[in-house]
Amino acid sequence: MTTIKGEPQVKQEPIDTAYLDNVLEQNMQDPENLIMILQDISAKYNYLPREALNYVVERLNVPMSLIYSAATFYKAFSLTPRGKYIINVCLGTACHVRGAGKIKESLEERLNIHEGETTEDLKFTLETVRCLGCCALGPVITVNEKAYGGLDRGKALKVIEQYEREA
Amino acid sequence: MSKLQSQKDYENFRDRLKKKRDPERLLVSLCAGSGCGASGTEEVREALEQEVSKNGLKGKVEVKVTGCHGFCEQGPIMVIYPDGIFYPKVKPEDVPEIVSETIVSRQVIKRLLYKDPVSKKRISKEEDVPFYNQQHRIVFGNNGFIDPANIDDYIAVDGYFALVKVLFSMSPEEVISAIKESGLRGRGGGGFPTGIKWETCRKAHGDIRYAMCNADEGDPGAYMDRSLLEGNPHSVLEGMIIGAYAIGSNQGFVYVRNEYPLAVKNLGIGIKQAEEYGLLGKNILGSGFDFTVKISRGGGAFVCGESTALMRSLEGKVGRPTAKYIHTVDKGYRDSPSTLNNVETWANVPVIINKGAEWYASLGTERSKGTKVFSLVGKVRNTGLVEVPMGTPLRTIIYDIGGGIPKKKKFKAVQTGGPSGGCIPEDFLDLPVDYERLAEVGSIMGSGGMIVMDQDTCMVDLARYFVDFLKNESCGQCTPCREGITQMSEILADICEGNGKEGDIKLLEELAVMIKRFSLCGLGKTAPNPVLTTILYFRDEYETHIKDKKCPAGVCKALFHYEIDEELCNGCRLCALKCPQKAITGEKKKSHHIDQDKCIKCGICYNACKFDAIIIH
Repeated sequence: MTTIKGEPQVKQEPIDTAYLDNVLEQNMQDPENLIMILQDISAKYNYLPREALNYVVERLNVPMSLIYSAATFYKAFSLTPRGKYIINVCLGTACHVRGAGKIKESLEERLNIHEGETTEDLKFTLETVRCLGCCALGPVITVNEKAYGGLDRGKALKVIEQYEREA
Repeated sequence: MSKLQSQKDYENFRDRLKKKRDPERLLVSLCAGSGCGASGTEEVREALEQEVSKNGLKGKVEVKVTGCHGFCEQGPIMVIYPDGIFYPKVKPEDVPEIVSETIVSRQVIKRLLYKDPVSKKRISKEEDVPFYNQQHRIVFGNNGFIDPANIDDYIAVDGYFALVKVLFSMSPEEVISAIKESGLRGRGGGGFPTGIKWETCRKAHGDIRYAMCNADEGDPGAYMDRSLLEGNPHSVLEGMIIGAYAIGSNQGFVYVRNEYPLAVKNLGIGIKQAEEYGLLGKNILGSGFDFTVKISRGGGAFVCGESTALMRSLEGKVGRPTAKYIHTVDKGYRDSPSTLNNVETWANVPVIINKGAEWYASLGTERSKGTKVFSLVGKVRNTGLVEVPMGTPLRTIIYDIGGGIPKKKKFKAVQTGGPSGGCIPEDFLDLPVDYERLAEVGSIMGSGGMIVMDQDTCMVDLARYFVDFLKNESCGQCTPCREGITQMSEILADICEGNGKEGDIKLLEELAVMIKRFSLCGLGKTAPNPVLTTILYFRDEYETHIKDKKCPAGVCKALFHYEIDEELCNGCRLCALKCPQKAITGEKKKSHHIDQDKCIKCGICYNACKFDAIIIH
């Protein structure tokens, strides 16, 4: 059986094969669409569960090494579970010169995690992105798909507090 | 909607649409580009729709939610036609007054108007705002009139007419020679002549050809491609169909970053609508020409903007570039001839066909024709997307359109071309911006990022930023890039942390030569540029870091500390209240003091002080 380094330590829920079938169907079961298949899996689970990848291996009849190479090469994918809220701090040049680094530091301090890590309660994952394309509003962060611009340290922490209050 | 099956069908349909649209009608154009969206467009839209129906104005006023207007910093932007009244930074609570005053009574609300930061005057019309009135928007100009989810809006401004012209009155060769004559060059960075690329692809051996759009806009600080795809996806699609006809392709791809969800969505809607109208798919407009387009979402790797890596990624593989002795126009996707152009390049194509190659070539400089969209960002007052003719001086872009540097700070440099580009100092502000002139000063056009930096930007830190960026994005297969950039990164980290040594600058220069010469792809070949240009123009800053262990800009934390000037501090307590570490103490109306042990150098006090009493030491 194929194993993956960095396998999550959380309780594994059974994967939704109907969803995976649908994803594979929409991508015409074509290994050429592998990256988009992985994106769709990631969209549902927030990461790439090993069971789901095993299922893709079987259905597409491709080696796990191929999937593993793509899953570790592209920044969009994670092999470990990520939080309910994925915070992306934009580190594009425009954000950088307006102090994005300081925002990243303050969020790391607040959530007590480093870039690329997830809080123990699986609520937040802190990631960085090379550019979100909202350069005029820098510094910018996104929480899941919602963007917040014109931030400073204090404003960024307020955004996070808003999500901390939510269940 | 039944498919349009001929030139006549298209023309009748377009004319009907135009007739229905009275230019004197009340139209509210509300920007929902990613910038304005982050500033709250959705809330404004809800308030507007509520207010419109409350006042019984449904059917009398049209609310159009559009793509990017360009002046992103001022979002959410609202423009009310036919008068063209421009309201920036609209809040939901402003909406009732806008409806009753401006929409019903056609009166301007002075307090909501844009205030020019330079002249301090209120300006009521969009076309009079300095940010806009010095631009020449041939690619971006229609965004404010188009709901990207409605193809009719695009057709009503003569969209797809260039396609009709090409399909029914031009041969593929004629299209290629028009593009060649226009002088259009690739807008993604390299500046390769588009017409020659198409011609080579058309002549390349192979039965199947592909027309592709590179929307993996990776340069940090550039977002024009995102805004075009989000705001006017049909202009890109129309360009692609024309290009496909010219090179003889029936299948196309748009490779778009997954970080751009709205662009993916709007492009998807655009493709579907164009298919329903018979403008994409089999037998386009009854001409016998077939062309379909698929969207491929990237996985977030900078190197995939490189043509050979992009082709591998499209094939579902890891995006590692291959050596370029075989070009993708000969052997690209699935080893077939493939033409890959950038989003903005494709969007220029319909304009050239409509207005003529000669007209297009009259814009710009001797070897760089047409316009270029720049994303003017960083330490500049008016940030946003700026479209100007090639050859416009940097000074015009930064000072006349951009309004100069905010907070009375001093201009230091402008960075163009992303991680492959360079930093241009004040001495070259009058440089006309085109491919050649930027290369002469050690930078590149790139995709059009223009990041303005002021006195508070440390050039060594900036070089380190780009090198670290590329270190993370290097695909790792060739040693010069993988190891060379890592070495550069370590040397720069040492310099920024106060461990710089005599000879580090020379070592950086030597590494740069090696990386440039021996790297496999463009990522490595251009990676040293930010380091080389900062050494060239800001050598003294490197030396101050290395010899004096000081960071004059106050960025490298190990090399500076903040102090309070006793004479300038009047004890207003603002800094003490804002300090997250409670490191500032002092009595009211008396000079304050910073406890260096507690200070984390976050800079909040430095930015908060209104009397310039906080000093970088």
